Amino acid sequence: MIQHLVDGVLVGSILSLGAIGLTLAMHMLRFANFSHAELLSIGAYAALVFDGLFAALYPLLATKIEPLSLTWALTLALLISMALTGASAVVIDRLIFRRVRAKGGELSMVFASFGVAMVLRNIIGLTFGLQSQLYSKDIVMALVLSRDPLLLIKPDQVFSLIAALAIMAILHLILSRTTFGYALKAVAENPNLAQVSGVNLNRMIVLIWIIGGGLAAAAGVFYGLSNQINPVLGRDLVLPIFAATIVGGIGSIYGAVLGGFLVGIASNIALVILPSGYSPAVPFLIILLVLLIRPTGLFGEERT
Amino acid sequence: MTKALEARDITAGYIPDLPILKDVSVTARTGQLTVIIGPNGAGKSTLIKAIAGLVPVSQGTVTLNGQTITNPRPDQMGRRGVAYVPQSDNIFRSLTVGQNLDLVLRHAGAEARDRRAALLTQFPALADKERDKAGSLSGGQRQFLAVAMALAIKPSVILMDEPSAGLSPKAAQEVLEHARALTRDGVTILLVEQNVKQALRLADHCYILADGQNQVDGPAQDLLTDPIVGQIYLGGKRVAPA
Repeated sequence: MIQHLVDGVLVGSILSLGAIGLTLAMHMLRFANFSHAELLSIGAYAALVFDGLFAALYPLLATKIEPLSLTWALTLALLISMALTGASAVVIDRLIFRRVRAKGGELSMVFASFGVAMVLRNIIGLTFGLQSQLYSKDIVMALVLSRDPLLLIKPDQVFSLIAALAIMAILHLILSRTTFGYALKAVAENPNLAQVSGVNLNRMIVLIWIIGGGLAAAAGVFYGLSNQINPVLGRDLVLPIFAATIVGGIGSIYGAVLGGFLVGIASNIALVILPSGYSPAVPFLIILLVLLIRPTGLFGEERT
Repeated sequence: MTKALEARDITAGYIPDLPILKDVSVTARTGQLTVIIGPNGAGKSTLIKAIAGLVPVSQGTVTLNGQTITNPRPDQMGRRGVAYVPQSDNIFRSLTVGQNLDLVLRHAGAEARDRRAALLTQFPALADKERDKAGSLSGGQRQFLAVAMALAIKPSVILMDEPSAGLSPKAAQEVLEHARALTRDGVTILLVEQNVKQALRLADHCYILADGQNQVDGPAQDLLTDPIVGQIYLGGKRVAPA
């Protein structure tokens, strides 16, 4: 039980990072972006490429940061991947979403996002192959925190959790203390008024994609650290990330963080009761429950 | 009096083939309070929005101090010295009063601090609520916050869309008198109003719109005492066009 709880928290931090970007884009651009989870794949694979590149060019960087399996090369690759994924999100918006936004309604955007997801997933599959890949082939022993009840935890997971929390803390400070944060909230609440208050809407949209893409890349790499990466990573995570967003309430960053942890924990604890084959259904159930009981989510507000 | 803002022969609307305004012209002279009145659906708010860049203008020109600015980017109007106060939802409810001001002051650079302090001195009711969410303010306080946000950019022209809507008569009077007081400092105000008599008493010049077109215009005092205008637009029943 306690093992499931701890695992849930670790998965939750990854879902939270994905959900923050999704909730921001959903609130500002007013469409459910089913391709958001593919940004995690882009991030995970971009990091894989640069990790290999750095390790080959500067073998010194391939040393591990003990006790983690994480290398300096991968750490650098993570930062580059965050920037690249943010840029990819902007490019995808320019190429697809902005054009659809100009002509179609919300539903067109949703369908376009399905299409974008499929195209991205298959490009990744064609480029890197369908087999799973690992950042590190070394076996990292889990630390035994307790034998009864049994509680195992990998150093990489602790690192991912701390890094995710640190990223969220930085984002919180930016949103609550800077006029950029105010502008972001302003656009989400009332785009017209935000514009006449001097906020450049297009620039804000670009920034939202950069933030969302960057966080998604971090989530993808953290996921890859404790699991494997494969081209269907996005497909597997899209539903839990949506569940986290809906639980938290669309537009609420703090809701997305809390929703991520709730969904992560609930999915893992459900394994105690349910056969593991039912695990992917848990986020579905959570979405249904929230929509029935509290459609605006924990922190969501009614749209004006 | 020089023309601060002039909209000439404006045709505008949300959908290209369905203009709400047809060849409408208004001029706001420097340091004057100009009001636009007219029945519901006359296109008053649309005109203000078209000038502010929120509704596309398909024909006609808008000039600011002689410079053509037709279809401006709304977020650049502040830099040109034009502030716009929408009728409703004119503050950010999810931000605090202070954050609302900080947002509009974010391009003011080194001056931001002084201007913020000056605004809070000018509007003591807001100073008490600086850390409260703007959504918790009363109707009158919201209107003052909206005006304070407009003043933050030191505008030469303010566009106001029914600033007294939904306010108590006393609060409405205060807001309109505040607008009048601003013109004494040289600010040009173009204001849409439903409170026709109150507005006409304070205004310099008045335009009457109906069905998206100019009907009558003239000095506010003249319109206030004009029996025909009075009958048609100031309380009497509107005569259906033949």
